[in-house]
Amino acid sequence: MLLQLAWRNLWRNPNRSFITMASVWCAVVLAVAMSSLQKGVFDHLISNVVSFYSGYVQVHRTGYQSEQTLENSFPLTDSIQKAVLSSPGVAAATPRLEAFALASTGEKTKGCLVAGIAPDTEERVTRLKSKIVAGAYLQDSAQTILIAEGLAKRLQTGLGDTVILLGQGYYGTTAAGKYAVGGILRFGSPALNDQVVFLPLAAAQHWLDAPGLATTLVVSPEKPTATERIAAQLRASLPPDFETLTWQEMMPDIHEHIQADTASSAIILGVLYLLISFGIFATLLMMLAERQREFGMLVALGMKKRQLAQMVMFESVLITLTGCLFGILASIPLVWWLKEHPIRITGEMAEVYEKFGFEAIFPASLAPSIFWNQALAVLIIGLLLSLYPIAKVLFLKPVDAMRA
Amino acid sequence: MKTTVIDIHNVSKIYNPDTIPVHAVNGVHLHIERGEFTALVGPSGSGKTTLLNIIGGLDVPTEGKVVINDTDITALSPNRLIQFRLHNIGFVFQSFNLIPVLTASENVEFIMLLQGAPKAERERRVKELMHAVGLSDKMDVRPAQLSGGQQQRVAVARALASKPQFILADEPTANLDSQSATNLLDMMAQLNREEGMTFIFSTHDARVIERARRVITLVDGRIASDTASVSVA
Ligand SMILES: Nc1ncnc2c1ncn2[C@@H]1O[C@H](COP(=O)(O)OP(=O)(O)OP(=O)(O)O)[C@@H](O)[C@H]1O
Ligand SMILES: [Mg+2]
Repeated sequence: MLLQLAWRNLWRNPNRSFITMASVWCAVVLAVAMSSLQKGVFDHLISNVVSFYSGYVQVHRTGYQSEQTLENSFPLTDSIQKAVLSSPGVAAATPRLEAFALASTGEKTKGCLVAGIAPDTEERVTRLKSKIVAGAYLQDSAQTILIAEGLAKRLQTGLGDTVILLGQGYYGTTAAGKYAVGGILRFGSPALNDQVVFLPLAAAQHWLDAPGLATTLVVSPEKPTATERIAAQLRASLPPDFETLTWQEMMPDIHEHIQADTASSAIILGVLYLLISFGIFATLLMMLAERQREFGMLVALGMKKRQLAQMVMFESVLITLTGCLFGILASIPLVWWLKEHPIRITGEMAEVYEKFGFEAIFPASLAPSIFWNQALAVLIIGLLLSLYPIAKVLFLKPVDAMRA
Repeated sequence: MKTTVIDIHNVSKIYNPDTIPVHAVNGVHLHIERGEFTALVGPSGSGKTTLLNIIGGLDVPTEGKVVINDTDITALSPNRLIQFRLHNIGFVFQSFNLIPVLTASENVEFIMLLQGAPKAERERRVKELMHAVGLSDKMDVRPAQLSGGQQQRVAVARALASKPQFILADEPTANLDSQSATNLLDMMAQLNREEGMTFIFSTHDARVIERARRVITLVDGRIASDTASVSVA
């Protein structure tokens, strides 16, 4: 009954309610578009850089993060793999033996990052197979390599061609090997696309004269949000000669960028909502002033002040939530369009993003949380703003109100 | 047999006691019996509204007490008083009686909703009362589309809907033309005769005063005269 009454009261002054709702509508559309673009960019960034290569969590021998050499590798034993895999929340883990090397075709030579991988588990952790644009995925025992598209172009090499990898093996030995290109990969991240080469772990160990060694265990959590917790668990359970890093720690600049950006947009949204709050509040005050006599009459008849306060609260919440609902309805197609037609930026900003290692495109995110968050924000605004009218109603004296 | 519904005992109301005290009501003793049809008259500022508000539990007296059917309403807490009004007192105000966003019948139903009456009973009673006040054809019309007289009748129907002990009406005809005022009074008188509903109303209107069976005259907050009218047909 109160809800229905509140709803009808909203339409007593349709213009005013409409304008108030329209202001909420605008704010919500803007806020959704903004958060969705931002979340989209970060998701894009994280999936480009984090889930496609580095993984959410890595385990190394202590010291590897600051000095990435083979001397800081560790023996890949069953016990370490089991210790990682048995940690709660860990979905999968895959070992790598990584080294910087020169790739040469005879005519051209380029620097590259060589990663010896376990093809099956690598696929589970980073979905490497999905990046193949030509050729076939690695086989455990094969002597073939996968090479990223950009690097292949720069080396002017293709499927079936031979590439020579030159590097420094364990304890300074010279590592040299001849491999056939078995597949071409395409990465969104320019940093990866221009420099990675994959080969089977055994082949890499042989090439670097590092039998049984690995530099990295890439750990994939069941839920990305559990990253911190899993890292903390591993730190506690693994022997001290292992270090555990989250992607935020491995790539602090990206993490800081995300945090700074999130904070600044939160401030912008806060100001936006503050501005519309004034408008909503003005509407509520006018409504309150106009209806003094009516409120007095209602209490005189025997309406409990609690009920009256509830009605006022419903009115405030309804006016904001209705605006919000239409805002969300309007922003869904907008955001969907922005997702399908991502903004691609060029120039200086693009370079900045490429430095972070990902393509400068801005797809929007359709994550439900974006919409919920706005609805929640608006609901809270509606509730907070109704506090003053509620207080007024609770102190209302029917005789005075009716005389007003 | 006469039953006292309202017992007003030595009631006084002083406004602004600290600055310029106004004795709006001054030592009033009064008994209202069930079934009365009583007018409260007197010059402007004589304290009619103040006294009605005190009887209706909308205002608290500075002194004295008001007992309604054994309940001393001057001793009730504000929340209990609201509850008491809802179940015991019907109100008809001079204006701003109805909720503008509700239809005539919804306005009548509203008070029963507040009382928590079951739906079937509400619907039955709304029909019955709208018929009793002669507005069966205006059930679904909003107050703005009703004439002043029709609005006051809806207010009377609403006051009746709560099944109160009595109905208080402060100048119910003040905003009405004389024809509508006569009609409203006829209707109230009929409800008084047929249903035995007790009415207490204040008025300036001589024709309205004529219809009352008891006329209490206030002057400067005191009862100047209290007469049983003989002119009733
Ligand atoms: N809230 C108030 N504060 C101060 N004085 C008041 C207040 N309400 C009423 N009064 C004074 O109390 C006296 C009685 O007022 P009341 O409204 O009861 O008279 P009334 O008989 O209803 O008059 P009218 O016929 O004009 O409606 C008047 O002198 C009035 O000025
Ligand atoms: Mg008066």
